[in-house]
This record gives sequence, C-alpha cells and structure tokens, in this order.
Amino acid sequence: MRVGESVQRVDGPSKVRGTFAYSSDLHAEHMLWGSTVRSPHPYARITSIDTSEARAMPGVHAVLTHEDVPGMKLYGLEIQDQPVLAFDFVRYGGEAVALVAADHPEQARRATQKVRVEYEVLRPVTQAEDALRPDAPRLHPDGNVTRHVKIRHGDQVARADVVVRGEYEIGMQDQAPLGPESGLAVPDAEGGVDLYIATQWLHVDQQQLANILALQPEKVRLTMAGIGGAFGAREDLSMQAHACLLALKTGRPVKISYSRPESFVGHVHRHPGRLSYEHGANTDGMLVYVRARILLDGGAYASSSTAVIANASCFAVGPYRCPNATIDGIVAYSNNPPCGAMRGFGSVQNCYAHEAQMDKLAAALGMDPVELRIRNAMETGTEMITGQKIDGPVPVAELLSRVSSMPLPANVSRPLPVYGEGKGGAVGPADLTAMPGGVSNTTHGEGVKRGIGYAVGFKNIGYSEGFDDHSTARVRLSVIDGRPRVEVHTAAAEVGQGTVMVQAQIAGSELGVNDIVVLNADTRVGSAGSSSASRQTYITGGAVKAAAEAVCQRVLGLAQSELHPASELRIENDNVVGGDGRQIVPLATLLGDAVIEETREFHPRATHRLDPETGQADAHMQYAFAAHRAVVDVDTELGLVKVVELATAQDVGKAINPLAVQGQLEGGAAQGLGLAVMEEIQVQDGVIRNASFTDYLLPTILDMPPLRMDILELGDPNSPYGLKGVGEPPTISSGPAIVAAIRAATGRDIRRVPVRPHDLTL
Amino acid sequence: MRIACTVNGHTRVAENVWAGESLLYVLRERFGLYGSKNACEQGECGSCSVYLDGSLVCACLVLGGQANGREVVTVEGVDAAGVQQAFVDAGAVQCGFCTPGLIVATHDLLRRVPQPSDAQIREALAGNVCRCTGYAKIIEAVNMAAR
Ligand code: FES
Ligand code: FES
Repeated sequence: MRVGESVQRVDGPSKVRGTFAYSSDLHAEHMLWGSTVRSPHPYARITSIDTSEARAMPGVHAVLTHEDVPGMKLYGLEIQDQPVLAFDFVRYGGEAVALVAADHPEQARRATQKVRVEYEVLRPVTQAEDALRPDAPRLHPDGNVTRHVKIRHGDQVARADVVVRGEYEIGMQDQAPLGPESGLAVPDAEGGVDLYIATQWLHVDQQQLANILALQPEKVRLTMAGIGGAFGAREDLSMQAHACLLALKTGRPVKISYSRPESFVGHVHRHPGRLSYEHGANTDGMLVYVRARILLDGGAYASSSTAVIANASCFAVGPYRCPNATIDGIVAYSNNPPCGAMRGFGSVQNCYAHEAQMDKLAAALGMDPVELRIRNAMETGTEMITGQKIDGPVPVAELLSRVSSMPLPANVSRPLPVYGEGKGGAVGPADLTAMPGGVSNTTHGEGVKRGIGYAVGFKNIGYSEGFDDHSTARVRLSVIDGRPRVEVHTAAAEVGQGTVMVQAQIAGSELGVNDIVVLNADTRVGSAGSSSASRQTYITGGAVKAAAEAVCQRVLGLAQSELHPASELRIENDNVVGGDGRQIVPLATLLGDAVIEETREFHPRATHRLDPETGQADAHMQYAFAAHRAVVDVDTELGLVKVVELATAQDVGKAINPLAVQGQLEGGAAQGLGLAVMEEIQVQDGVIRNASFTDYLLPTILDMPPLRMDILELGDPNSPYGLKGVGEPPTISSGPAIVAAIRAATGRDIRRVPVRPHDLTL
Repeated sequence: MRIACTVNGHTRVAENVWAGESLLYVLRERFGLYGSKNACEQGECGSCSVYLDGSLVCACLVLGGQANGREVVTVEGVDAAGVQQAFVDAGAVQCGFCTPGLIVATHDLLRRVPQPSDAQIREALAGNVCRCTGYAKIIEAVNMAAR
C-alpha cells in the first residue's frame, strides 16, 4: 500500500458480508436499553417532573432527570449552553428531558411515556430575524446573538457602474447518516465507564463526558465502534452522556440506539439562512465591492455556530478578487432545532448567494457567466476579504475552464433499451427514469426545457482562527511470524471516507513494509481531532508520516555501518537497501525481537482569530476549490426537475487514494444535489414536521446523475505530499450549479433552496 | 410468542417475542444477525433487505411473527460472493451501512436480469438509499458483478 495507489477498503470484506460491527450492532450480557423522554414543545418552562409511575413499570431499572447528572449540567463544543437533561426550560421540540433504562427497548419506550413532565408553554422564537428584535425573549443569558462576524475590507463606500442585488433563502438540511446515533456504555467495578461509540472526535467526547459525569478523563474510556456515516452529525454529543449516566446508575451495560425520527431531533443540522447581497462591478465586469448580510438560524443551542458563521462570512464573496467588502454574518439563537456542523460548514449557504449574484451580474453586463467568473477569479497571492494573501495553487480559472469545456450530455429523447432486454438488446421508447417526474410518467418530453449552470466555491481545510489543530499517531514496527509488521494507532474516526487506508498507505510509503495494520481508534492514544473540516488526511496523515519517519530513522540507525551510512539507506519491500537498491539486510533479521515504536504529534501552521471589528486576519490554514457544471431538464408545466448530468473539476493537491477521492467527489455532489432540489427539514412553529425518510427526501439512485470528474493534483507546497482536503468542496458548488441550470432552463429568478415545484410554476 | 424459522439454512427459535417485534429486530437482537441494518425502520432505505421465502423484503416492515415457519436469507447467508467482491473492488463501499441491503438487492436483480442495463440497475436499486457514495460506484459494482 503506497501513497497515490487506488487502495481497496480494508474494512470492505466485513462490510459487504454484514459482519462489520456498527455502533448500533453492539450488545452485551445483561444489557439494558436506554430511551429518552423528549419535549413536545419548542419553548416551555418545566414546572415538574414525576418519574414514579415510570419507575414502577415492569422491566424498568432506572429513570433519570437532570438531578441525576453528577457533574456539569451544560455542555457544548464552543459554548457550554446545552443541558445534558433539560432543567428550568426546554428550548426546542425534541429536547432531552429524562432517561429510562429497561430490559426491552419497547418497555423503555413505553416507560418514557409515563414520565410526567409538566410544562408551562411559552411562545417560541421561530425565526432568526425575530430573535434579533429588542422585545424578543432572551433565550440565553448573553442574549440571542450567538456571534456577529464583521468584515470591513477596503473602501466601505465604494461605488460601481453596475449594481445587482439579491435576497436568498436556504432551507435546513439534515446530514442523514444512515447509521443511527447509538452506542454501548459498560460500567466498570471502580466507578468508571467504557463507551463504545460512533463519533467524529473521541477525545472531545471524552472531555465533555468527564465533565458531565464528574470523573477523571482516564475513567471514561472511549472505543470507536463502526460508524454509519457522519457528515457533521456526530460532532456534538447525542446519546453518549445518557448511556453513561444510565450505565453508572444501574451498574449494567446500557445500549441506546435512536430511531430515525429521534435521530432528526438528536443531532444538529445545517443552518438555514437568509442572505442579502449587493454586488458592484465595473463595465468590464471587474468586481468593485460586495456588501452582504448573512443571517443564520442557529436554533436553540450554540453547537459549532460560531465557527460556521465565521466561514460563511470569510467566504461570503466566493473565490473572487474583491477589493472592497462589507460583510455582516450573524448567527442567532431561536427555538428551532439546534444547527451546527454539516459538510461544507458555512460555505454552502453563501455559495448559493454569491454564485446567483455572479450570474445576475453577468446578465446585467451581457457577459458569459463563466467568462465573468474567470475574469474575477482569485489567483495565488490574491488578498481575500479577510486580508489574508492566499498561497499555494489557486486554480479557480483553470477549474472553471475545465468544467465548461467538458462534452455535454446528449438529449433525453434518445431511445433506450426496454426493460428486460438489457445491454445491446432491442431499443424501445424513451426511458422514463431519464425524464423529470421519472416513472410517475408525467411527461414524455413535452414542456421540458434544458438548462446549463455553473458554480465555483471554496473553503478552509482544518481548524481556523487560532485553534491549535493537531493529531497524534503511534507507529510500531515489530516482527511477527518472521515478517515485519507495522501497526498504526490513531484516534481518527473512520466515517466512511477511508482514513484507515490513508493511514496504511502513508505508513507503507514511509516504511517500505508490506504488512500494515491500522488499529481501531480509541482514547489510549492522543487526540486526532475530529473527522471534519476535510482535515483528517492532512492532519492525521501528517502525524502518521512523522511517526513513521521517526521509526524509519531508528531502523536505519540500527542498520548503518561504516560502509553504509544511514543517509544512504532506505527500507523497501521489507528489506533495508542501499542507495543502489541492493539489499543490505532483511528487516526481520535486523530487528529480531526488537520493537521500534514512535509517537508524534503533527501541528500544521498556525492561524489567527478574526479581528472583532474588521474581520481581518490570517484565519485559515489551507483552502480547497472545486467547480461544477450542471445540466438539468425541467418540466416547466409541473415544476419537476431532472438533473441530467453533473461535471466537476477539483484540485486535491495529491490524491493519496484516487478511488476514495472519486468517492468523495461523487458522494459530496449527491449531498449538494439534495439541498438544491429536495432535502429540507420542515420546521413549523418550532417543530419538525418531516422527521422520517418517508417525508425527508434523500437523493436515490434515480435522482443522482452520472458525474464527470477532472481531478487535478497541483501540489500544495505546505502540506504532506502536497495534498489538500477533499471531502467538502464537492458539496459546496454542486447545488448552486444545479440551481443556476434551473434558472437557465426556466428563466425564473429562484431565490430559495431547495427548489420546490411551485417555485417553478406559480 | 414463539417464532421458529429457517435462517440461512439453520432452524432458529426465539421465545417470548413481543408481538410488535419486526423481523429485523428478531434477526438482529434475538438471533444476533446484525448484518441487516436499521437505518429507517420504515421501509424507505432498503438497508434491512432480506429474502423471505425467496422474495426480497424490507425486514423492518415484516413482523417477526410473520416469519414463523418460513425461510429467511440474510446478507450473512446469501450466496453472493461475486457481488460482494465487486462492491469492494469498485469502491462502492464507504461507511457501508447501506451495503448489506444493496448486496441482497443486487443479488436479487442479477438472478432476475443477469445483464442489466444502467436504467434497470437504477430501477431495481431505487429503494436502497446510500448517503455516502452518490451511487456511481454502486452502478459500477453491479456492472462488474454482472460480467
Ligand atoms: S430499515 Fe428497513 S427499509 Fe430502512
Ligand atoms: S456507503 Fe454509507 S450509506 Fe452507503
């Protein structure tokens, strides 16, 4: 396994056979099932909680409330404002109020219905705009503004020849990982607990749990269980503390596994937003200024809202040169479900707005939209609106010209094989699934208009604004059964992206050993940071590289001699070889019983906090770019959309595992498509109305078109192997390109996503 | 109640089953066959796909009691080595939570239509949601398995 090779998943065989153990598959002898009592009201004062009836029910072993939380009663990634179990107030519909443990999950569920919670119902704040009004109820002690990011760059009163304005609205998207929130907490005899859990960041869970449980961190040991997708939904605690509380109380293993409806209220979502933009440009199409107000609804608790709004603000104008900018990014508390991390993290909402604005500007100027973008494209050395000079390859113009010059798909009306005939068989009528409306058989092409749209986006890789981003890796070389083996141990979460292969490939490349084993992630090794911000390949990859290099140096030190100084040696194919590639000594012989182990922490370059008044700073460590082209067919009579094809170009710096990189581009684009045309959590009066996969629509194999890909490897001089984070850019510009294509097909001024049929017909 | 059925060729018996337990629950929590997954438990995602007397069903929509005296084949027992290898080779697995259901559904497709067109693949797998892959490599895997 080497860097740059397409490597198959090491966990692939167990996943295809159904033997891979996800967090929801765990079980233990004498295990109890935990269930959660949740608030039906988005905003209410709790006047009393009576657990006596629930406690008396058959099979019930414990019923807990906030009074049973021994340590900190509030938690949160950035601001500790969310109750482990609600006390005094509930601030969103579905908030956790009490817990039950019982022998059977159904007994537990029924007992939750017998926990009598009395509420004094209050009028909820259901719009972020309302939360900002002076007479709004104060939802948290510091007021309803979670963070206001101000960017003041260049001339604040600049004027331009051509001005376009627009208002945009983004719906609330769900990460919808298929694996439910779940885990198993097992108490030990000394008052500690082992938690087997699917999470994006073991160590931040451990720290928060130690605080909540009032235990030393070493008494709260976490082991990663199989993760069924994450996409940001597993950054915050969900059932972790609840399972541990019940396990410590009952002295028995406790499993909690959310149902899908519960999952919708059990994790944070992508922030819905309202964005107002004004772009000014010269007659030659050069941007003069952008002024924008971005208002995100953070919901009831802060989660990672303060970082999301920083991103939304920093990348507000898109990857363009813009000498003057006035940006106000505000995230507010409300009584809607809490919002936080989701793939793209603040850069998705603003991309819809800045790309719509660029198209508007192109129309106002009578210019081609791709040409306008290329003319304004950032390059290496361009000063961002935060004052940061962007370094490394910045191929914005290149990506746009690549996607725009790819061949276009054929028209839909071509005949396709009849069902049952298969490839090369007889041809029959057009395939209905290729039409808007699909097998609903709503059109055979009449009223269908085609459109093509473009978008480009960018975002930061890794943590920003002065956070000490780092990861830890332990690499151990020993001889097992006569063969050298390398074990790599990190706490990085394998969420599906393939960090297990990346780690093995890096260790394999650095150490020249064939047998590489990546150990399961747990808290016995230092923090890896989270699998988020497209950072894990860079940061944990960097840590594995550093530790492997250190092991390699020690091996070469052992092997060196007067004839062969270490500087001329390397390890290749389980042997130490000289500069000429000739074998000096087999590793197994050299090592014998010796074990060589090194642990390294990797820290990328430092970043700095945005100035609170001007938003100026070198706030981000690396930037990644992608462009998309979308081709859509719209049934203009019914307002139904068929995305015919997506095309993308993305610079990944260096593809460590090309097969996995392609998978990120394809999967990320599908999530972008979802927000553009179908995915929205419907929140009415603070309550989710569609908390199921029946009513919350995810793209299926019929919705997702083929994706043309052009993967560039331009090499970032600052990063390990020149790589760039890969996972998020595909989710940023794919949706805006689709919406641009819908506008092109229909001529309608679409201001809101997801685009609904009535937006295209009424 | 008591349920006795054949699962992957073996007779399995579960005692004291609550009448509301789904076949999926019985397979997972009573028989310890956790391969069939529980992503929605509403018949929408296909992650729990199994054969019941040779028909592809969502185990979450079948009551455990309905399986009494019948034959169930799950991802752990399905004879689909070629399909399974193709999913690994094509890179059609990321988190893998959708994969067991897709393996069974693909097996069902290929026994009906050995050489499916892309349109037929899409139609047959339209009930299997994957949140990670964007489906391109799943289509590739089915094509690989069909070759
Ligand atoms: S779990 Fe059965 S269809 Fe989703
Ligand atoms: S691989 Fe994760 S849901 Fe399909």
